[in-house]
Amino acid sequence: MSTLTREETESLIQEVLEVYPEKAKKDRAKHLAVNDQAVEQSKKCITSNRKSQPGVMTIRGCAYAGSRGVVWGPVKDMIHISHGPVGCGQYSRGGRRNYYVGATGVNTFAEINFTSDFQEKDIVFGGDKKLAKIITEIEQLFPLNKGISVQSECPIGLIGDDIEAVSKKAAKEINKVVVPVRCEGFRGVSQSLGHHIANDAIRDWVLSNRDGKEFESTPYDVTIIGDYNIGGDAWASRIFLEEMGLRVIAQWSGDGTLAEMENTPKAKLNLLHCYRSMNYISRHMEEKYGIPWMEYNFFGPTKIEESLRRIAAFFDDNIKEGAERVIAKYKPMMEAVIAKYKPRLQGKRVMLYVGGLRPRHVIGAYEDLGMEVVGTGYEFAHNDDYDRTIKEMGNATLLYDDVTGFELEEFVKRIKPDLVGSGIKEKYIFQKMGIPFRQMHSWDYSGPYHGYDGFAIFARDMDMTLNNPCWGKQVPPWKKSAAPEEVKAAA
Amino acid sequence: MANIMIRKTASGGLSFYLPKRDLEDNIVSIEFDQADKWGGELKLANGGTYYVDPLDAPPKLPVSLRAKRVDAPE
Ligand code: SF4
Repeated sequence: MSTLTREETESLIQEVLEVYPEKAKKDRAKHLAVNDQAVEQSKKCITSNRKSQPGVMTIRGCAYAGSRGVVWGPVKDMIHISHGPVGCGQYSRGGRRNYYVGATGVNTFAEINFTSDFQEKDIVFGGDKKLAKIITEIEQLFPLNKGISVQSECPIGLIGDDIEAVSKKAAKEINKVVVPVRCEGFRGVSQSLGHHIANDAIRDWVLSNRDGKEFESTPYDVTIIGDYNIGGDAWASRIFLEEMGLRVIAQWSGDGTLAEMENTPKAKLNLLHCYRSMNYISRHMEEKYGIPWMEYNFFGPTKIEESLRRIAAFFDDNIKEGAERVIAKYKPMMEAVIAKYKPRLQGKRVMLYVGGLRPRHVIGAYEDLGMEVVGTGYEFAHNDDYDRTIKEMGNATLLYDDVTGFELEEFVKRIKPDLVGSGIKEKYIFQKMGIPFRQMHSWDYSGPYHGYDGFAIFARDMDMTLNNPCWGKQVPPWKKSAAPEEVKAAA
Repeated sequence: MANIMIRKTASGGLSFYLPKRDLEDNIVSIEFDQADKWGGELKLANGGTYYVDPLDAPPKLPVSLRAKRVDAPE
């Protein structure tokens, strides 16, 4: 299908909005837009970071998910207590496939669900005693933990427990870091506020712990911030940062440790991958410790090259040469990948709907493969995310903020992309509609997708999904009218 | 009054950040930008205006300050 014009896209939005009652329609209209690269300020065309409409099916998470699941969860040598009823924690333990090394249950704990399992009596009488008991118990059972964080679920805020006091007391008793995090799910409009709260907790309870202590530093110390090591992403990035001569002293928070977080203020440059979830702490370190930060993009060779040169610009000629050396080294490998997959993927159209940074960062990787992103949107972005996105997207493509289940389905039906990239909640809807789908949160149990090694896997996965013979078998033989359609991808 | 943070952008301008509302925007004009006086009214790209008490010297950026909202859209 050919690309829609601006007018067609606009009328598509209007048509889709038709089903809503007047008030909901007015509100949702503000979250949908046709991209116009001429616009400097996204807020002129799209509203974001607002409360979802009651009654629609939103795909957002809660503040607790942003803190426990995203920011704190992957810190592997700490134990994160899901403080409250059992369910919230059960669905956020290691579910994002944040890979790490270590012996789970002995010195690393990211995949285990620790919860205070609130019952009626805890709601009535308060859970502070229970929390204190849990911390003591954890210390006995898992003595190799380096610290504990208390992640509050909704009821904690509602009944007004004083987790700060309990944490302070417990920290003295066990002589370790105990971080109370006030990330109750009802705070804010999406997981985004949870990221912010988690960052603030790191700032207040962790970051300054080693101030004034000795640290053997080099002029090339950097950190990877906001890479959650999904399917090994951070490893795939770290490998060539080190190859170009930098020393990565901390990974936040995928495969990260408490010690790494505490050492971060000693870095020379903070490399920020997910801007949305960790810009807060980077800003703080810039102000307090004078550490500059920059946002980078390691999806696809074009963007990697750009980013490596921008990173190198912060350092001396050694690193600049290193960057060129790395770029040159991987060039043949990248060319081979593109030569292999581009002919099979050229011209295919993709619609995305993901979280923090991917709706804009992966565009470059798709373009390297000759594909085109025709629609993109964020679950929990703010205006500054859309500011950045507008420039990356083509004119007259579709932008959707906090899209509802209904809208996304309708958009896909009309735009008929060749591939949809979103999360598990969307996956089966679109697959049943006969549209190739990749999960772009968890890389569909594959990965890594970052870096040079990741791009090769990314290209293979896209090809594997798009050109899978199953898409030609959607119509049962007895319903096929004329000659059977050719299965183009049998190769 | 709210805490804000001002930092230099990559392109050399100033950017304004209001953590409480996660508002990030470029500063288009600042009332006083002299060696002995810095601050006053900040005009943002989104049309809003904030006021910070003028400082005696330009601060080292980034800097956290207290600001008053004079006028903000939305
Ligand atoms: S909204 Fe509250 S109850 Fe629901 S998952 Fe989040 S913290 Fe738990």
